[in-house]
Amino acid sequence: MIRAVSFAAIAAAALAFATGSFGQDSATPAEPDAAKIAEGRQLYVEGCSSCHGMDARGVDEQGTSLVGVGAASADFYLRTGRMPLAEPGREPQRAQPAYPEDQIEALVAYVGSLGGPPIPTVDPNAGSISRGTELFVSDCAGCHSITGEGGVVVGGFAPELHQATPTQVAEAVRIGPYLMPSFDRNQISDADLNSVARYVDEAVQDPDDRGGWGIGHLGPVPEGLVAWVLATAALLLVARLIGERSEGRGPEEKP
Amino acid sequence: MKRIELAIAALLGCSAIASIAFVVIYVGGADTQGLGISLGAALAFLAAAVLLASRRLFPDTPVAEERPEFARPPEDPGVTAGPAAERAEELAGEIESPAEAITRRRLLIAAGGAAGTALGAALVVPVASLGPAVADRLHRSPWRAGLRLVDERDAAVTPAMIGARGFVTAFPEGVDKRELAAPVIVMHLDPSSLNLPPGREGWAPEGLVAYSKICTHAGCAVSIPRSPLYPPRAPRPALVCPCHYSTFDPAKGADVIFGPAGRALPQLPISIGSDGALIAAGELSGDVGPSWRGTRGGT
Repeated sequence: MIRAVSFAAIAAAALAFATGSFGQDSATPAEPDAAKIAEGRQLYVEGCSSCHGMDARGVDEQGTSLVGVGAASADFYLRTGRMPLAEPGREPQRAQPAYPEDQIEALVAYVGSLGGPPIPTVDPNAGSISRGTELFVSDCAGCHSITGEGGVVVGGFAPELHQATPTQVAEAVRIGPYLMPSFDRNQISDADLNSVARYVDEAVQDPDDRGGWGIGHLGPVPEGLVAWVLATAALLLVARLIGERSEGRGPEEKP
Repeated sequence: MKRIELAIAALLGCSAIASIAFVVIYVGGADTQGLGISLGAALAFLAAAVLLASRRLFPDTPVAEERPEFARPPEDPGVTAGPAAERAEELAGEIESPAEAITRRRLLIAAGGAAGTALGAALVVPVASLGPAVADRLHRSPWRAGLRLVDERDAAVTPAMIGARGFVTAFPEGVDKRELAAPVIVMHLDPSSLNLPPGREGWAPEGLVAYSKICTHAGCAVSIPRSPLYPPRAPRPALVCPCHYSTFDPAKGADVIFGPAGRALPQLPISIGSDGALIAAGELSGDVGPSWRGTRGGT
């Protein structure tokens, strides 16, 4: 992961120096690993070019252009197994990554070399859980639910967040995969992003469950249902006890 | 026997006290836990009193009708003496005249009446919560031309804050954010995709559209903005309500394209002020919130 980050940073830095348009994404200047990018290019041609085009500028109605999406998108889609798709037009969903680690690094290096934002750096420990809760409620919970269980967006799914790493959370916030809105630094600053990642890390993936039983973390409806089922069982038991004739007074015992 | 009557009367009295406590808690601030405990206790005491009465007060011993006896073997004289025989005689007396078997009838009737009256009061008092008539509040909204849009931290909303595929929940500056008609959702659309109803020209500068965030079906917050990354291969932009999945098309004046909502979300005309912040250019295009008599069908 650290190597991937550095490659992405290298690619972004190279682009920043070339175009002058990514001045704020300043990264440590270093030699881009040409061999890695070439390896990535080879894998790209074999596995991705039929939809994204030999020049990575996209194919009409098939796949989007990858020029300018950056290492952040490539890292997110490949590491969460959302790409490659079984066929164009499918909703990208989380799966086992299709490529081994070193090949993902090569592909990320290649897509990163085409320009675009690097893999964001995120540190959940630097975030605030209360600010993260506030942001998650207002910007994320509508689709992913406050417990991160995900849900349905008409025409698609909002994924559950139990397996999302802090880096993947940050990438998704910045990219806006599939139907998700994207949030740039003006709306969610890097410090706020740390807080959102911390919320996902702690409250979603490691919840307290103070009641002792999370009941799927689906909220008050299933909790209420369980209460009703238990209470109904208790009431039936009580009704049975009341209705039973006391011993010694039943008709059978009549002398 | 008398001890049981007293116990029943005491239980009924406790039920009455719990019901009165419910009324007192309701008047004094309506603490939810307090209300639940007091009403629960009132019903539980009442149930215990009824249970005790049915099992211990009223005779429930089955009695067989007399019938000609078959010849009894001489070696079995039947029960003629001892406690069982006494109990049988006592029961026979109760059944002959049940009125005399129950003592303290007036006490029991008074206790039962008190418990019933108090419980009735506890059930009726919450009617006060219905509050004043709704009147024209459903038609009122704080939005006026010239009001600035601010986010939940009172920062002015600017187009840069929203980004190409972002969204912001905005409120009128200086107005209580909890008002039903206050929140609007602002999202960025491709200006060429806009197809707003006639008369709404200029309502969406730079492709920024603002709609009431309150669903016209059941009043939930419309908090799912659908914003495709690759439009040719994904559903079009939409606003979706998480409660019942009413789906609105923000490019076409938030027309309903799926789900149970009966009418479009009201749109807020916006313009970009001289300082770059968004301001309301008029009032909402319709009534906010769930459809009531007189609002369904209007947009």
